[in-house]
Amino acid sequence: MGAVPGRRASVSASRASEEASSSDARQPMGTSESPNISLVTTPTKKVPAWFRSALNPDTGFRWLMTLSALAVLGAVGLIIAELLQRSSLAWHQFGIRFFFGSDWDPVSGAFGAWPFIYGTLVSSFVALVIAVPLAVAVAVFVTEMCPKPLRKPIAYATELLAAIPSVIYGLWAIFVLVPLLRNYVNPLLIKYLGWTGLFVGPDYGYSMFSAAVVIAIMIVPIISSISREVLAVVPQHQREAALALGATRWEMIRVAVLRNARAGIVGAVILGLGRALGETMAVTMVIGNNPQISKSLLAPGYSMAAVIANEFNEATGDLYRSALIEIGLALFIVTILVNILAGLMVWTVTRGTPARTNV
Amino acid sequence: MSDNRISLRRQITNYFFTGLAASLSVVVVGALLAIFTYLVLKGAGSLSWSFLTQPPRPVGEPGGGVANGIVGSIIILLISSAIGVPVGIGAGVYLAEYGRGGFGNLVRFTADTLNGVPSIVIGLVAYGLVVLPQGHFSGFAAGVALAFMMVPTVARATEQMLLLVPQSVREAAFGLGIPQWRTTISITLASARAGIITGVMLAFARVAGETAPLLLTALGYQFWNLNPNQPMAALPLQIFTYAISPFDEWHRQAWAAALMLVVLIVGTTTLVRFVFLRRMLGGAR
Repeated sequence: MGAVPGRRASVSASRASEEASSSDARQPMGTSESPNISLVTTPTKKVPAWFRSALNPDTGFRWLMTLSALAVLGAVGLIIAELLQRSSLAWHQFGIRFFFGSDWDPVSGAFGAWPFIYGTLVSSFVALVIAVPLAVAVAVFVTEMCPKPLRKPIAYATELLAAIPSVIYGLWAIFVLVPLLRNYVNPLLIKYLGWTGLFVGPDYGYSMFSAAVVIAIMIVPIISSISREVLAVVPQHQREAALALGATRWEMIRVAVLRNARAGIVGAVILGLGRALGETMAVTMVIGNNPQISKSLLAPGYSMAAVIANEFNEATGDLYRSALIEIGLALFIVTILVNILAGLMVWTVTRGTPARTNV
Repeated sequence: MSDNRISLRRQITNYFFTGLAASLSVVVVGALLAIFTYLVLKGAGSLSWSFLTQPPRPVGEPGGGVANGIVGSIIILLISSAIGVPVGIGAGVYLAEYGRGGFGNLVRFTADTLNGVPSIVIGLVAYGLVVLPQGHFSGFAAGVALAFMMVPTVARATEQMLLLVPQSVREAAFGLGIPQWRTTISITLASARAGIITGVMLAFARVAGETAPLLLTALGYQFWNLNPNQPMAALPLQIFTYAISPFDEWHRQAWAAALMLVVLIVGTTTLVRFVFLRRMLGGAR
């Protein structure tokens, strides 16, 4: 960085000024009458205080670190400014109708984002329905039930699931999950749950449901690891009190643990939702990429992130690109709001407890 | 039943839920094992020396590899680390050493926000910031996008690790008359080194598999390219392209590339978990 020579200079300059000031400061300290011996050197009259502090290497270092911290703010500011500016064309053209129009036909200049919003919401919601019981069960099992030696391996295994990149889940889904669902699971769903209208029609395999299952697998580790954290801070005496009243282990978990950790678990679920909404690659690979709205989950759909990933590079014309960026802006706003809400809910439970190394 | 006075219904409920939680955990762990086993079985068969050392061949020709993607990924990750790690560590130092007040909380909150931004949105932003002004896709743009994603992870990890360093160590240094900047660099940061390396490696592992931002920035490339100012191949992009292609040969290569990527990422994570983190937490206690 260019600041290095400047800092060197300020080091030597401030040493000089420090020497000057310390010789000044020695005067009152040497005289024994002065009772207020202070460790803080009083600023000399010759050099103004602000100037001295500007030459102090501590100040320089502090500013450098503050600059890095400002860079974090700047990054988010840049994201917002960039998205707002580059989506303004579509915003001026369509206004709020953009989000409710269900016609997506770039060739004729019709841009309505509703099919993508619908796809994102539905696939994320179905994913939550699948993932939440699994994740909470893992969290409860690991913290409350399982024998000690198994605890770490299971926790570690679920966290490994989180480390696998999205694109590899997509690959796995294309070649393993989709055929599995198409051949074994979906026929059963059509047979037994067809009456709901959610599982009907021709089954292509690449569908909203496949996307939801992949997302579910991907968010289980997030929800379960945060839930574990939340369950771990439930005070031990709550458990002991419940057991002392004669509760079975499950009753203890239900009354003493889950009830106390409720808000945190909901927060973990919402955090999972935030991840699900922005999930791109795996969804793009299995959702079918067809901007239609169908009640059946076995029909192909599309999601906000997927349409950006698929169409952005081929988007011709400023309006098309601007429309895609506006979808990105909407996705950004929604995930941010969801994450803030989730963070608040987890915080209400875990606040006051020491920070866990989040690895 | 008469001796312990817990009714049969309650006992059955207890066993039912214990069994339920256990079996659902088995499902989750089983899913992980299934994915890994399948990945290893499918990928290992296609791994070969030429796969690691050659760029892709034209469609239809057997052989070829992903060497250009491996090199491209390394270059992109180096660029992103060069930008993201210093900024992240700096922000982490700020938060741990100075950031007690409102501004510190604002930065913390913003870092968590940045952490939650979908990667595809980061890709859009890097496209607007770098690709559009330059007029072409580039590995550098991809590095910028991934740096955005590394900063919050590195910052929060640095902060947590610095806070583990006992306050008395800092006070001892001040007592010796060492200025604060020197204390932070030579004493606090140095004793939290293992933990910070952990955070950096985890951030690295996290962005190493990112694909969505690369689609809009690095774009991908079929041939050798070492110039970060040009469109660049990357391992995750190649997995994506090969996976959705209709060719069996490419599918095989996608599995092999996926295996490599997972071994890299899981290897990093595991190493960090069992070597660095243990040393760090052991030292701080």
